[in-house]
Amino acid sequence: MLTVRIIPCLDMDDGFVVKGLRFRDLKKVGDPVSLARKYYLEGADEIVFLDVGATVKSRNTMIEVVKKISAEIFIPLTAGGGIKTAEDIRNLLLAGADKVSLGTAAVENPALITEAARRFGSQCVVISIDAARASHGWHVFTHGGQKDTGLDALDWARTVERLGAGEILLNSIDRDGTGAGYDLELLIKTGEAVKIPVIASGGGKELHHIEEAIIRGKADAVLLASAFHYGRLTIPQVKEFLRTKGVRVR
Amino acid sequence: MIGLIDYGAGNLNSLLKAIRFLDYRAQLLSSPEPFPEIDRLIIPGVGSFRPALEELKRRELLPFIREWLEAGKPLLGICLGLQLLSQGSQEAPEIPGLAFFPGTCQKLQAPKVPHIGWNEVKILKDDPVFDGLPEKSYFYFVHSFALTEVSSSTLAITDYGTTFSSVVKSGRIYGCQFHPEKSGRPGLKFLKNWVEKC
Repeated sequence: MLTVRIIPCLDMDDGFVVKGLRFRDLKKVGDPVSLARKYYLEGADEIVFLDVGATVKSRNTMIEVVKKISAEIFIPLTAGGGIKTAEDIRNLLLAGADKVSLGTAAVENPALITEAARRFGSQCVVISIDAARASHGWHVFTHGGQKDTGLDALDWARTVERLGAGEILLNSIDRDGTGAGYDLELLIKTGEAVKIPVIASGGGKELHHIEEAIIRGKADAVLLASAFHYGRLTIPQVKEFLRTKGVRVR
Repeated sequence: MIGLIDYGAGNLNSLLKAIRFLDYRAQLLSSPEPFPEIDRLIIPGVGSFRPALEELKRRELLPFIREWLEAGKPLLGICLGLQLLSQGSQEAPEIPGLAFFPGTCQKLQAPKVPHIGWNEVKILKDDPVFDGLPEKSYFYFVHSFALTEVSSSTLAITDYGTTFSSVVKSGRIYGCQFHPEKSGRPGLKFLKNWVEKC
């Protein structure tokens, strides 16, 4: 039986880990290499790095960080943020990332999903869907959660699966940084719409949020940022708690 | 010195980094030139069966690997590397594998395929490659096909919809379906055991 993955997420801007609220007001919270090392030693199942900085310098710094981290941390690493071309993907994979996460670029150029899957394999193509509640269902947002594409999130999830995505990283914009718990309805509906693994993100703060995302939301993995960065929760604590709830963890 | 078979795909970098982290020396092999220093070979994974075999053929590495296997020298096939050592795969039924391990690879029968994540590896037969690892350890998997045949070569099995051989061995030739280079400390231990004890 597969275990549920607990994934710390490092949002980075120019080489620093940052954290914001509903995708705004970024604050520096630490150095990515030492945080990644700490999470690895604590038993993280995977680590996600997202470059939220918008500059070329920030992108290049990200590649250097991935190089450093992959030389000493031997669990899957996902890198994303600002990827536009297959060449960007190749550079991150060469630097030591195992998977890449595509958001805006996937919406603007869905052919990139297929090209990436064909060249590098579906297993390394994670499609990040930033979704917010709309009058009917959820809409997909791009550009760091600022632009409403009008796309229905569930339709988009089905589309990316068909185009070759290996996993979906599902972020609830409404819940991001609020600590109000994951958007369970979004999670359940997305899980029903696709057969590829879904990673729950946005809003996880309390242990019971994580339990709900896994047991009710059927998430294959949960992503947490602030809760870990600020020491509110630790990875061993989350795993111990989940074991008592009958959830299989590593 | 460890020779890493480079067929243009796969996760060579991660593997190279893990090997270097463990302080072993490694050399990439993308052609069958003689490297007298190389005493162990790894066929890494990630990719699909047919293109991998075709690329090995194009780079003239197939005869080199065959001779290595016939000589019974230490070899480790990882993920697709293990699958290539089987008799063939449902992924490309028209071409045979290297047929070192019995059985063919079948598509996993599970609600979600590929099988991505940490799964339990149950040790059936004790072996130096498992030294210091608990009877049930978790390793990282990423694959859609697997050697579903459990034979006398099977050292460990894993369940994911289907039960499959997750570690196989015959003589000094090993194969593992998981990625030791991505399986944290148990994975590094497995690699270290293979280099030092197998």
